[in-house]
Amino acid sequence: MNQELFLSSQVDLKAARSLKERLIKALFFFCAAVSILTTLGIVGILIFETWNFFGKVSFKQFFGDTQWTPLFAQKHFGVWALISGTALTSFVSIVTALPLGLLAAIYLSEFASKRIRSFIKPSLEVLAGIPTVIYGYFALTFVTPCLQKIIPGLAGFNALGAGIVMGIMILPIIASLSEDAIYAVPPSLKEGAYALGGNRLATIFRVVLPSSFSGIGAAAILGISRAVGETMIVVIAAGQQPNFTLDPRVAVETMTAYIVQVSLGDTPTGTLEYQTIFAVGMTLFIFTLALNLGAHHLRRNVLKGSL
Amino acid sequence: MLKQDIKKPKNIFRSPKMRSDNLKAWFGSHEALNEISLSIPTFHVTAIIGPSGCGKSTFIRCLNRMHEVVPGTRIQGNVYLDEVDIYGSSINPVNLRKRVGMVFQKPNPFPTMSIRDNVLAGLRLQGMKTYDSDEVVEKALVRAALWDEVKDILKRPGLSLSGGQQQRLCIARALALEPEVLLMDEPCSALDPIASAKIEELIHELRGKYTVVIVTHNMQQAARVSDVTAFFYMGKLVEFDYTEKIFTNPKYKKTEEYVTGRFG
Repeated sequence: MNQELFLSSQVDLKAARSLKERLIKALFFFCAAVSILTTLGIVGILIFETWNFFGKVSFKQFFGDTQWTPLFAQKHFGVWALISGTALTSFVSIVTALPLGLLAAIYLSEFASKRIRSFIKPSLEVLAGIPTVIYGYFALTFVTPCLQKIIPGLAGFNALGAGIVMGIMILPIIASLSEDAIYAVPPSLKEGAYALGGNRLATIFRVVLPSSFSGIGAAAILGISRAVGETMIVVIAAGQQPNFTLDPRVAVETMTAYIVQVSLGDTPTGTLEYQTIFAVGMTLFIFTLALNLGAHHLRRNVLKGSL
Repeated sequence: MLKQDIKKPKNIFRSPKMRSDNLKAWFGSHEALNEISLSIPTFHVTAIIGPSGCGKSTFIRCLNRMHEVVPGTRIQGNVYLDEVDIYGSSINPVNLRKRVGMVFQKPNPFPTMSIRDNVLAGLRLQGMKTYDSDEVVEKALVRAALWDEVKDILKRPGLSLSGGQQQRLCIARALALEPEVLLMDEPCSALDPIASAKIEELIHELRGKYTVVIVTHNMQQAARVSDVTAFFYMGKLVEFDYTEKIFTNPKYKKTEEYVTGRFG
């Protein structure tokens, strides 16, 4: 009988525990679900408002025009003016950041002594922690005046200065992810290259970098993705003129900057002008989603080790 | 050349291809080699045996200055190649490694390169142009006994080959540089018995053309492939003699205990 008692109490304990466990599990599930629901909600609203927008404005007007003047009397909805602004500033930023970041990563992983590493790595992290609004001022009040001394005809607001400063902003991402990729190259490959009479540089350029190509590619794409979605720097320093141009010396307006412009103004909700920001937001979202998926795919290759 | 032949000119050690003299090596403060003096006979196969951690890998890594690639290592003493001190101040280790090739424990073909490009990797790493190098590729792969298996798939990735083929590809890669000495650091330890047998066969064929130094855990393998054998224990050279002598009638008790499998 004693034994029976013992057994039954044990069963009860088990039941209590499993109830508690189920509750905790449900709580964890709820927390995980919040982020998914938020994402779904955002995408849902984007799709809904974009749908409304395209009820009034045709696809052809949106993608077949290069003038963007939805806030004026003479309305044009050529989104290419905004896409070109985004593409231009992002291009300048990646052209700035990729060589610098890659060389920094090579230096950190292959050449730097422990002491220098322990100094440079945190400095890069500080760079990543600077609020982007400060980068914006930096672009407008320091970088652009400096560039104006070299490049005559550079406007006060321009894609070049904003792009370069955005490049500095994404430099830490690129350097750090590239360094991870280079670090992940097995030492046996480097030894193999040394044993074949390769010197340090030849080993890096012929064996190490090709082997870490996926990771470096992922770093570049994530960097571009950050630049495409970056708002504050381009709002402050690139101007707010939706020029359809690939000339980095003039002012441009990016998709993000336009959204800010409308959100800050006194555009009533529900109007066509209001709905444009959702159509633009949707376009922006598709861009960054595609970039992030691309980077994710490359990084998965790195993790799997199939280079 | 049969084993009996090489015993006749009594001293194959007289004009060695490589020679170490009181060689000491450290990892940080750990002494991995203690005063190794060893002569490696020209065009013969030298096996280095001994239990794990006895310094045999460290020793051959000192022969092409790969030991110093690892941070925190250092050496003392001398190593000679054709009686020239390879640790001399005028010696560039990069040039040395062209003459003293190496094959590692785990096959390490370059993953981004095709079979053909792997064979040419050494030349390219040295900045040589390789437009017209079909002959080099074929010669190296023939010597590594891989040509027949890969001649129609030279464009495929090196990693698409089996483990044993990958290891022979690494041997071909080393041979493409026409080295004088080939160092092999347990080249069969990651391979199955059939692939190992192929590598052993290959080592037999390299004899007489190259000076081969092979580190191995497998005593049968050492007995089969080598002309002379060195037994290392705790960073010291215990015994060095003709392979037959080491395995049938060693001078020291420690050697006998090891080769008969009483420890190790």
